[in-house]
Amino acid sequence: MLNASLKELSGLLAAKKISSVELTQTFLDRIAALNPSLNAFITVDAEKSLAQARVADERIAAGKAGALTGIPFAQKDIFCARDWLSTCGSKMLANFSAPYDAHVIEQFNRAGAVNLGKTNMDEFAMGSSNETSFFGKVRNPWDVDRVPGGSSGGSAAAVAARLCPAATGTDTGGSIRQPAALNGITGLKPTYGTVSRYGMIAFASSLDQAGPMARSAEDCALMMNVMAGFDSRDSTSLEREKEDYSRDLDKPLQGLRIGLPREYFAEGLSADVARAVEAALAEYRRLGAETVEISLPNTRLSIPVYYVLAPAEASSNLARYDGVRYGYRAPEYGDLTDMYQKTRAQGFGAEVKRRIMIGTYVLSAGYYDAYYIQAQKLRRLIAQDFEAAFRQCDVIMGPTSPTTAFRLGEKSDDPVSMYLSDIYTIAVNLAGLPGMSVPCGFGDGGLPVGLQIVGNYFAEARMLNAAHQYQLATDWHLRLPPLCE
Amino acid sequence: MQWEVVIGLETHAQLNTVTKIFSGAATAYGAEPNTQACAVDLALPGVLPVFNRAAAEKAVRFGLAVGARINRKSVFERKNYFYPDLPKGYQTTQLELPIVAEGGTLRIQLGDYEKDIRITRAHMEEDAGKSLHEDFHGMTGIDLNRAGTPLIEIVTEPDMRSSAEAVAYARALHSLVRWIGICDGNMQEGSFRCDANVSVRVKGTEKLGTRCEIKNLNSFKFLEKAIDYEVRRQIELIEDGGRVVQETRLYDPDRDETRSMRSKEEANDYRYFPDPDLLPLVISDAYIEEVRSTLPELPQAKRERFMSEYSLPAYDAGVLTSSRELADYFEATAKALGGPLSPSPLPQAGEGDADASQLRNAAKLAANWIMGDLSAALNKEGKDIAGSPISSSQLAGLLKRIQDSTISGKIAKEVFSAMWSGEGEADAVIEARGLRQVSDSGAIEKIIDEIIAANPAQVAEYRSGKDKLFGFFVGQAMKASKGKANPAQLNELLKQKLAG
Amino acid sequence: MSLTLEDVKRIAHLARIEVSESEAETYLAQLSSILGLVEEMQAVDTRGIEPMAHAQDVVLRLREDAVSEANRREACQAVAPQVEAGLYLVPKVIE
Repeated sequence: MLNASLKELSGLLAAKKISSVELTQTFLDRIAALNPSLNAFITVDAEKSLAQARVADERIAAGKAGALTGIPFAQKDIFCARDWLSTCGSKMLANFSAPYDAHVIEQFNRAGAVNLGKTNMDEFAMGSSNETSFFGKVRNPWDVDRVPGGSSGGSAAAVAARLCPAATGTDTGGSIRQPAALNGITGLKPTYGTVSRYGMIAFASSLDQAGPMARSAEDCALMMNVMAGFDSRDSTSLEREKEDYSRDLDKPLQGLRIGLPREYFAEGLSADVARAVEAALAEYRRLGAETVEISLPNTRLSIPVYYVLAPAEASSNLARYDGVRYGYRAPEYGDLTDMYQKTRAQGFGAEVKRRIMIGTYVLSAGYYDAYYIQAQKLRRLIAQDFEAAFRQCDVIMGPTSPTTAFRLGEKSDDPVSMYLSDIYTIAVNLAGLPGMSVPCGFGDGGLPVGLQIVGNYFAEARMLNAAHQYQLATDWHLRLPPLCE
Repeated sequence: MQWEVVIGLETHAQLNTVTKIFSGAATAYGAEPNTQACAVDLALPGVLPVFNRAAAEKAVRFGLAVGARINRKSVFERKNYFYPDLPKGYQTTQLELPIVAEGGTLRIQLGDYEKDIRITRAHMEEDAGKSLHEDFHGMTGIDLNRAGTPLIEIVTEPDMRSSAEAVAYARALHSLVRWIGICDGNMQEGSFRCDANVSVRVKGTEKLGTRCEIKNLNSFKFLEKAIDYEVRRQIELIEDGGRVVQETRLYDPDRDETRSMRSKEEANDYRYFPDPDLLPLVISDAYIEEVRSTLPELPQAKRERFMSEYSLPAYDAGVLTSSRELADYFEATAKALGGPLSPSPLPQAGEGDADASQLRNAAKLAANWIMGDLSAALNKEGKDIAGSPISSSQLAGLLKRIQDSTISGKIAKEVFSAMWSGEGEADAVIEARGLRQVSDSGAIEKIIDEIIAANPAQVAEYRSGKDKLFGFFVGQAMKASKGKANPAQLNELLKQKLAG
Repeated sequence: MSLTLEDVKRIAHLARIEVSESEAETYLAQLSSILGLVEEMQAVDTRGIEPMAHAQDVVLRLREDAVSEANRREACQAVAPQVEAGLYLVPKVIE
């Protein structure tokens, strides 16, 4: 049952072979057993989860079940959920409970899904290793001395170790795709504006996007059917017709043109990752796709652009954490300014403070044009690179991350080397395009490798199709980490 | 040395929407603290702004009313600073691309001259909350009900040359925003407040002096006094060999002085950037035309029309167009009194001229009464025209009785008072009190005869040349008629009779 | 554009983050290396390119002006550090 797909679980529930309460309890038991060694969850509340499961069982009994009714999902702790703590991995919000549900949570609740708990994450989603969480680092189930990636590292580790059937994540510069790759699971960052950001704690508003993290592309499609859709509470939510993301899963790949960006296969890519990705591309060709070399000439600039724009937006988005209306307030302070400064110095961790400082600097008088405006102009060049590329191909493929999971602590004192590991994922956020990561084998030391698939705007169904056909032909996504055996 | 004063104003007018600019919380004034501050206004984590359509509509109305260019694309930006009444740690405002661009003007009238004040721009932004400094164990209390209330900030060129001009501009603007229905203008509640940028320069020189900004002036009187004080301060400073420092100042009405707000100055670096949560606001030509079609006749146009159509003096036309309600009241009264106006603006010869002249006379009578007795009565009770117990048709009913000589102007004042205190329509008061003017010459002659008979000594004196006594006889006769004698008739008959 | 210790302190103050002298030194080193990473941008000629603020070229949606939010003071203030009489309390604000 731990390896069952969402479709299979749905079938079991519908056939009354298992109840939602039993299913939820099974995963709660697994969390109790394995979470101490992984630290993938920040909050688990069996009573709340089981109460939801009981309601789901009634709904199933009444014949009103949808595709996800009764299935437990882990929710990244960036999503506000009424009556649950929503910490965003920060001391600042360690005791914060929102009086509202995020749109994503609301959608899962409407679908009759069960909230299995809130997963660990880099503080305010700022990080690529899950080491910046106030609630402690998350460990990679494939090797507990290695990072799970970030910022959705808790969700990724939880899915990989089968602590939940699937989870949600958010992706500002790779935070769904990179941990998906490092944990051997499937994750999708949709087109910007597809999933409402309402109630999702902001990091960088123009880049943040929520998406599914699951075992397979098929599961991601089912979750997208629940998560995506217009929401009037988010001004950047796109008004589009509801779509069925599963609709194209079964289409053959004959004639699919896959673009391979020269810049993604250049120096910096480790040999084991390159091997696994090349093998995956060979598999795609075997499935009828053709590959063409393309160029994304401004790829290198995506890192500087991102590390100007994201911190700039973050410095402003995080100004609300001031100890006045909610969240942490320093226990001792003098005047108002002192209260602010101590609250924020104590409430935020080192990486968050670094990014706030960088963001404050690039927006400040005298530097704004040279940094912020210049970065926005380059952002357009980066988006235009993709526009040109998609005239030559249907999807773009390459590695998700230049390396497999690195060791805990390996890069935590060197922010720049950490930032460089986002090289293949960041540009996709800057352009607002959909991107996903699919398990495509293992590198040195048996660590998972992810294949990144980037599509044109709103091409999620096609990307899921490409991933699903690959997963029908391979079993990388079904492999279990040693911890689970 | 001769000094010239240079003033520019920045006015914050609260747009009278039902909800906040970026949330669906109510904007009603006076609610219990923080009961109208929703998750968005409180900047709780994860919540997002959604822009209020009515704020854009009202801002466009303003732009069109002053003849400014409307930016087809305007952008919301974040102004970042920490303050406890600013929940997000930034104010959402417009900097680079405001909704109302250049080209606007507002005409002011001062005594015998008029002047156009240029409006540089006007942008939308959100208001902050309120800090309450009553003692909460030495702490400050924060009420965020006002946070997120939509404002339009209207900025002028440095076109004003005296506090009187600044006040005239502020009054004209205050009248305009109410006129076009975008702001309630309530200055006590902070719905309309001005910042004045003041500098001085030697008369005849071009270069502007260093300016000081006086913040948050919420009455016309304070605006005038603050500017006057600031001008004196700057001139004295320069004449004593000092230099004006550019800074923000606060007016203290108790001491009648401005003082520096150094705390506000401290390391200002607002780090403006486009709000990533809000997309560009795009306004179509069709929308602009739609808004334009709903604009009422504007004060200046109406003033000019009152002058041409009713031949009102400029002063009267100015006073009567100081608010839309007053102008409407006047026009309704004049029309009810002067008969229907022909639809053609160019009256035909003959009968049309007669109509027009009748209307002009009616208009002058109405204007005199509205600016005289009615205004005095309203002022006395602190009411505005909307609160007048006498409607325009009721006033016209009264004035009609002056026109047709049913009552004299003097009696009309008595009728007016009675109507004011609720005794009913003019005709009812006249009947009930028996105030109908006596125009029957027989009746008047009878009164005169009695007066002459009762005052033989005065008659003799008058006839011997003491003309001044004529007034005595008029008084006696009026008294005897209880004021109802037609004054013209009485005069005529009295002269004849006294002549013997 | 090299960063100074003064810059770090000014930024920290703008961001309202208390930094000690030794923390400021650490920030100086880290922020300088991040800015070094970012410096690469400056070499690109971007004249004539319009800055891109949003991922999608779409325009602002407008909301109807109707009250949709009820009073939820109690729920909102349940998570507040310090409230009294419905007000959020902060250290005395000096005008």
